[in-house]
Order: sequence, then structure tokens, then C-alpha cells
Amino acid sequence: MARLEIEGLTKHFGATVAVHEVSLDVRDGEFVTLLGPSGCGKTTTLRMIAGFITPTAGRVRIGGKDVTVLPPWKRNAGMVFQSYALFPHLTVAENVAFGLEMRKMPKADIPARVTEALRLVRLGGLAERLPRELSGGQQQRVALARALVIRPEVLLLDEPLSNLDAKLRETVRVEIRELQHKLGITTVMVTHDQEEALIMADRLVVMSDGAVRQVGSQRDLYERPADRFVAGFVGRSNLLAGRVVGPGRFETEAGVAIACLDGALGPGVIALRPERLAIGPAAAGLDNRLTGTVELVSYLGASIDVHVRVSSADRVVVNLPNRSDGPLPQEGDRIDVGWPATAAIVLAGDGGAHNPRVLQDQPEPKKEEP
Amino acid sequence: MATLDRRTLGRWALTGVAGVTFGFILLPLVFVTWLAFFLQAIPSFPPQGYSLKWFFSIAENPRFVDGFLLSLQVALIATTVGVAIGVPAALCIARYRFWGREPLGNLLLLPLVVPGIVLGTSLYVFHVEATILTELPILGSIAALVAGHILLVIPWSVRLVSASLAGFDRSIEEAAQNLGATPVTSFFRITLPTIRPGIVAAALFGFVVSFGNLEMSMFLVGAGRTTLPITVLQYLEYRIDPTIAAVSVLQILLLGTAMIVTDRFVKLSRVV
Repeated sequence: MARLEIEGLTKHFGATVAVHEVSLDVRDGEFVTLLGPSGCGKTTTLRMIAGFITPTAGRVRIGGKDVTVLPPWKRNAGMVFQSYALFPHLTVAENVAFGLEMRKMPKADIPARVTEALRLVRLGGLAERLPRELSGGQQQRVALARALVIRPEVLLLDEPLSNLDAKLRETVRVEIRELQHKLGITTVMVTHDQEEALIMADRLVVMSDGAVRQVGSQRDLYERPADRFVAGFVGRSNLLAGRVVGPGRFETEAGVAIACLDGALGPGVIALRPERLAIGPAAAGLDNRLTGTVELVSYLGASIDVHVRVSSADRVVVNLPNRSDGPLPQEGDRIDVGWPATAAIVLAGDGGAHNPRVLQDQPEPKKEEP
Repeated sequence: MATLDRRTLGRWALTGVAGVTFGFILLPLVFVTWLAFFLQAIPSFPPQGYSLKWFFSIAENPRFVDGFLLSLQVALIATTVGVAIGVPAALCIARYRFWGREPLGNLLLLPLVVPGIVLGTSLYVFHVEATILTELPILGSIAALVAGHILLVIPWSVRLVSASLAGFDRSIEEAAQNLGATPVTSFFRITLPTIRPGIVAAALFGFVVSFGNLEMSMFLVGAGRTTLPITVLQYLEYRIDPTIAAVSVLQILLLGTAMIVTDRFVKLSRVV
């Protein structure tokens, strides 16, 4: 267990910049998630921490010790691979014992440690099985036990849940989180799944194009996104392009005036979380109230999405909790939409956005290069 | 019902073709084995009786014993060296992108497609030239014979080891290093055991190919030295008694046993 410090970490592959000056300070015992679409550099960053990739520039310190140039086998970082990477010719117990043998632990002490690690991940009875005789979830737990048994200073998780089916993923992510909490081990996880990141992490690092976009708690990222990428990647946002024309006053390109939080004068984008918007009578008395036409209604079960066009260029999605048995808005209805000024976050710059849009959830899950 | 009929018909056709093919492969072996126990010296039907004397006559003929020992010796050395070359070669070709990688891969498979006669002639000419040039006793030496046989083993070992590397997940090597293994340790503890089936199969096939080689060996053996297949051929020039059949039976038994034993350790059908 240790503090993990990353300073100006950069990696170039030929002319491509895979990771650009990533800096991060992970507290002892903290669970930090690197979140971003495939190709954003999160896996490269993790592999630089593990020592599989030598950074072009920057430093990595584990427990205050500079490990930037140390090979993987001299770092004390346990890693769980996306494919689990279990040794196919060794039994579960032998897989878990491998790291201890490499550490020259006396033969007599190994079985006890292996048993303890397997009990930790609730695999006590499967010690003599071969990896191919286990289910995906069990293999994943062996990989976790194998990484934990060496008592690493940091635990590195590379998309650890992406090969599990959806149901299993829900339970496993809670299990991993609780185990991490119990052991108090400093952990860095890479994922493209924002829900996974939100559930498991103490702190999130949103990356895109090799750079860190924002570092913060779940609430920081959701309520105060730093830019339109974060606003669209973590949760959903309505983005309205235009300019800030005065303190707390914004005007979209189509000329719709909006009361908002303060932002720098000039071109900007307003981000609105769909669930902060109200329609119909509920919109009365809010700082912003517009009348628009319902263009699409999507019934999602727990909630309902209503797409409302408020000007020729501006359309917003309103996400309503499914609370009443009352009639739903119909396509073509004229309807009031409203939101408080505090829900309208101004993101500076980016006057190039012409149409308001909702950036949908995360992109396709894909294995990241390299 | 027409589809069902067609499916039944298809299954029968498949069984038929498979049966004919198996018969085609196995029938000569069956007849050779039968012949080995015939009483009379000139093979003719029906047999006049059965005897084991041809098997005893092998042991009494020093040329067969010497030929067998030489073949065994050559095949064992050639297999060991050939596999030792083939494994790293297959690893390099599978792992690294370097200039000339594909030509190298094809070059290593070449002995498989070059006819044995051609291989033998060219090696013979090469050995003659090399002997003249270096004044070393290369021509007809056991070393030269073994070197030729190594060429036969290499394509098999490259091919079979490459096949077992095809599905190899390299992150298991990274996992080993992550757990504290140096690259050397991770190679011997993790990589090698994982591709072991391919290596065992390569050794088996290399051995079989080397042990049974006739065409190339004929050009490379020195005076007074013959491998078992050459001994068999020379014997056949003068006699056709069932001794040859008995030799064949022993060879079939030897190679068959090797294959069955190997198959117990690695499922050959999975690698080849």
C-alpha cells in the first residue's frame, strides 16, 4: 500500500502522441478510475505504471520511490489483465503461488498465503482446478487473488469486468470495491464504462485523446464538467451553443436568451442535464421558461425522455421520472420547458458547435490499442 | 422428408469415402504384417504356414541391426538440434516484425517442398565442394548426414511450434513479469510449458521424417554405412523374402508406439 504519483507522463509511438503529460496523485488506499473512450490513452497510462511501456517523458513514483525506469518485475504493482492472463498449464493454486515463488518466499509459507488469498475471493474449493475448468467469473477472481497475494503496493485493474456478462458484472464490481476497501490498497482501474467508474471509484480521471480532461469526484464531474467532452461522456447533457452576453446571461445562436451560471464573456456552450429540466406546469416560475414542440417521446421504464424543439436550432431532451399514471406528452404537443439558472453550466470556448445535441452515453466497448 | 433423405445419403457417402480412404491407407500395412509371418521365402498365396523365423533372421543380420542403430542415432540428434533451432525461429517469426520476416518463414519451410532427390543431390555436391575447399572429411561423414536430416526436421518444428503460438495470449508473459519473473524465468516457466504440445509434436514428426528418410540419405551416407531404409532397399535388390516385411512390422510398431505415447501427453489432433 502506498501513494502513487504520476508526473507529466507522456508517451509517443512514432509520430502519434498516445499519452500527453498526464499527472495524477493517488492517495494511499484510494481507488482511482481512468475513464475514457477507446484510444484515449488510459490503458497506455496504466501500462506505464506497471512498467510494460517506457514513458517518453515524465515520472512514476510508487510509495515515494521513483520506478520510472524499473522493469515490471522489479515493481511491486499487482495487475489484473483484461483477458485475466491466467497461466493455462498451472492450477489455480499454482497460479496464485507464482508471485510468491518469484519473491523467493520459503516453500513452507506459500500454501497458507495461497489459501488465504483464495478464501479472500471465495474460491477456496477450486485450488486444484485448471483455469480452463473455471467460469469467466471464477477466472477473474483467480486473477484478482494472484495479484493480491503478493501484497502489492498498488493494484492495477485493466478493464477487469469487460469479459463478464452484464449480470455478473454488477455483483463483481461491488465485490471488488468492498475488497479494495477492506484491504485499503491503492488502486488504479481503467474502464470505458462510466457506470462502472461511477460505482467503483473514489475519484475519476476522464481522459480523451491522450490527455486528462478532468479529475474529480463523481459529483464534481457530473455537476461541474470542465468541458463538453466530460459533460457528454459522464452522464448525458444537452449542449446549446451560443455566447455569454453578460453576467449570468447567455444567448444561443438562434437567439434564445438563457439565464445561466456565470461564465467568461464570448462564445461558449451551455450544458444542461436532462433530468434537471421540467415540462408543463412544473416549468412555471423557473428562471428559464421556453415553449417548444415535442418531437419525440421515448419511454425508458424508470424514466421518460421527451425531446422538445425550443428554436429552429435548439432541441433539448427532458428526462422525467416515471412517477404518475397521467398522460404522456404526445409528439407535436406545444409544451413549456423550464430549468433553473443553476442547472445551466457554461462551458467556455468551442464556438464551432453549430447544433445543440445530446452526446449519448459511452462509445462501443472495444479493446484499446496497444 | 426429402431433406432428411438427403442428409442420410450424405452421411452414408461420407462414411463410404472415409472407409475407402482408410482402407487405402491401412491395407498395405495389414498385408505387410500378414506377410511377415509367412512360412515360405517367396511370398505367394495362400501361405503355406506361419512362422516367426523372419523376425529372428533380422537379429542375425548385422546390416539391419547397424542400419537401425545408425537411423536411430541420426534421427535422435537431428530431432534434438532441429527442434532447438525451430522453436526460437518460430518464436521470432511469430513475435517480431523485422525485415525479411516472411521470406525467412518460407525459407525454413522449404525443405518440406523440395524433393528428397534434389535435396540429396545438392547437399552431395555441396559436401564435395566443401571437402575440397576445406580439406576436412565432410563428405560421407555422420555429421554431414545429421546436418542433412536437421534440414528435414526444421520445417516440421517451425510449422508445429508456430501453430501452437498462434493462439498464445502474450499477456500471460506480462502477468508473469508483473508478478516478479524476469523475461528469462517467464520464458522457461510460462512460455515454454504453454507451447509444449507443439514442441512434443514437432519432435515426434521430426523423428518420424528423419527415421524414414531414404532419398536424401542415399546421397549422404559414407562407404559401408547405411541407414535402415537404405539397408531395406539394398536387401530388396537381391531377395524378396519376408524379412523385409518383418523389418517393416517392427518399424510400424516403433513409430506407432511413439505416436500413442506422445498422444497420451499431448493430444496430437489439437496441434497438427
